[in-house]
Amino acid sequence: MHIVVCIKQVPDAAQVKIDPITNTLDRSSAPAILNPYDEHAVEAAIAIKKQFGGKVSVISMGPMMAKDIIKKCISMGADAGYLLSDRSFAGSDTLATSYILTMGIKKIMEADPVDLVLCGKQAVDGDTAQVGPGIARRLNFPVLTYVQKVESIEAGTIIVQRKMDNGYEIVSCPLPCLLTVEKDISELGYASLPEMIRAAKYDVITWGVNIIAADTTKMGLKGSPTSVRKIFAPEERVGGEPLEGDIKTVTGILVSKVMEKLS
Amino acid sequence: MNKYDVIIVGAGVAGLSAAYVLAKAGVNVVVLERGLNPGSKNVMGGVLYRQMMEELIPEFWKDAPLERPIVEQRFWLMGKDAVTSGGYKDLEWSKPPYNNFTVFRGKFDAWFASKCVEAGALIINETVAVECIVKEGKVVGVRTTRPDGDLYANVVILADGVNSLLARRLGFHKEWRPSQVALAIMEQIKLPALTIEERFNVASGQGVTIELYGDATLGMMGTAFIYTNKEHVSIGCGTLLSQLSQSKITPYDLLDRLKQHPLVEPLIKGGEAVEYYAHLIPEGGYHSVPKLVGNGVMIIGDAAQLVNGIHREGSNLAMTSGRLAAEAYLIAHRVGDFDERMLSPYAVAITESYVIKDLKKYKNATHIMEKNPAYFNTYLPAVNEAAKEFLSVDGRPKRSKQWLILKRFFGHRGWFRSLWEIIKLGRSMK
Repeated sequence: MHIVVCIKQVPDAAQVKIDPITNTLDRSSAPAILNPYDEHAVEAAIAIKKQFGGKVSVISMGPMMAKDIIKKCISMGADAGYLLSDRSFAGSDTLATSYILTMGIKKIMEADPVDLVLCGKQAVDGDTAQVGPGIARRLNFPVLTYVQKVESIEAGTIIVQRKMDNGYEIVSCPLPCLLTVEKDISELGYASLPEMIRAAKYDVITWGVNIIAADTTKMGLKGSPTSVRKIFAPEERVGGEPLEGDIKTVTGILVSKVMEKLS
Repeated sequence: MNKYDVIIVGAGVAGLSAAYVLAKAGVNVVVLERGLNPGSKNVMGGVLYRQMMEELIPEFWKDAPLERPIVEQRFWLMGKDAVTSGGYKDLEWSKPPYNNFTVFRGKFDAWFASKCVEAGALIINETVAVECIVKEGKVVGVRTTRPDGDLYANVVILADGVNSLLARRLGFHKEWRPSQVALAIMEQIKLPALTIEERFNVASGQGVTIELYGDATLGMMGTAFIYTNKEHVSIGCGTLLSQLSQSKITPYDLLDRLKQHPLVEPLIKGGEAVEYYAHLIPEGGYHSVPKLVGNGVMIIGDAAQLVNGIHREGSNLAMTSGRLAAEAYLIAHRVGDFDERMLSPYAVAITESYVIKDLKKYKNATHIMEKNPAYFNTYLPAVNEAAKEFLSVDGRPKRSKQWLILKRFFGHRGWFRSLWEIIKLGRSMK
């Protein structure tokens, strides 16, 4: 079982300040930390490794400074850490970032096939939740978002709980696949001193654009079509109700509800 | 077993200086830091001295994150709405090799730590050392709060800051009395670089420090300070903890009062306070310096009370003590013996250096000033009264003004007593 976890270095949301004029984050105002959702994803990957054996690799795109969070993951028990770092990556939006991370994962897969990719459900600096699904699409993996619990992994199939607005659903999916996870997925541990020492000594594997053989027109500012016009909190969705029961029952209820509306 | 040559507890400038020298010499050294990374727990928004840093890393200013080289040091004796000021400005200090710099220690320490790692030191963050492991009367390692958290070494260097719990547990010192530490509080005020340069009258990139006495600390023993950074002004004050607690004034009120002082307010007007810090500073001076060396252990920096409160120097003493402790270790390393006698060259070297010599010079000064509040609440204001008297043009002859000044200065507490008190203070600093 080879698990790859995608991680991101973010400013500590508890301390970061917002520039009142440009409405952007003043990244220098807060210490850089491992995105909290990603931290839970790494811990979940370690738990799966402990149960089923195998290997955990972490991968991040960012400046050299991001080695710090990769080393943190090594102290948590990850086996290998890859940093994708190149000038041509700078300014990438979620589209370009998903592409670059995908190329990195594909490079890892050349040597060591991947069974499962984990991502935090979103990063606390941008809150877009787009990169995980973007990677899944490019890897041609099925994606399950908002996963709060791994129920079982058996015979090439994973069964998980997905968090919903008012409850959760249980879903099964063939491996390989990609999960984006909630914090509930794992309890954070406390690394031992030997693990801290191993991490401090660990040499992060750093790859530039040439090594992952990525197309430079699909990255950086010119490969990033996103422009942010306005930032607002979306209105809460109203209505909807969970239907409980096996597939036959819920289909029955659904059809009768639709018929009710139509009549 | 986790065995190293040297464990250093604390990645401030003292610990990093020792780590750098040791790693450069090829010694297997590990630094334990309780913060997220070196510098993250540091609150010194202050002055870094060039000479002592350069003894470690030549021409570090080309690479290190510094704020402004200091070209002018001003001294203000403050009254309620008056100030007698002095100072020295030297444009030589705006060029290499410089005299000193303002720095943000959060950034500087992180940079210094990266140099140590390049040199071969291992830095373990987010790890708290709770006590030294002692076997047969010898320190052989430290215990951390992490699982499997014992770490062993030939020598442990304690650079764990002002409270130095580890040295205390070893019985090297007792808990500091409130008269041995000052509480310093500080704010970073964000202002555009141009505004700072206009208000402080310096050219682009140059910096100023102002030390303020008297009304700035409400006559309590201590100083206030204003330092210019690139786009921030650090403003703060430090007062002896014993006097602060007697005064019943909260530290924050004291700082607020300073910020609103009519002579200070124009310097920081319109700026936004972006950070607020508070920290204890060792002020016990010479008499409080604990035992510096034991079997398998040395103490450096704030942990050893190596701060010169009169000249507000500390980071330089920390660096020098770190370097000297590392050099002493290297000699012991060659012999392969790490008992107190083998490490004692550190204590000897530091006693012969400016570090202990300067502390010794002022060994009674703090105590004398602390015991007699007249220095801060009578004589300092009298300087302002004297200046006012002499410079007010009111038709009275100058000679009678001189007489009046002397009378004011000495009259408050009686001629003989005043004369004695001033001689006493002068002698304590000679």
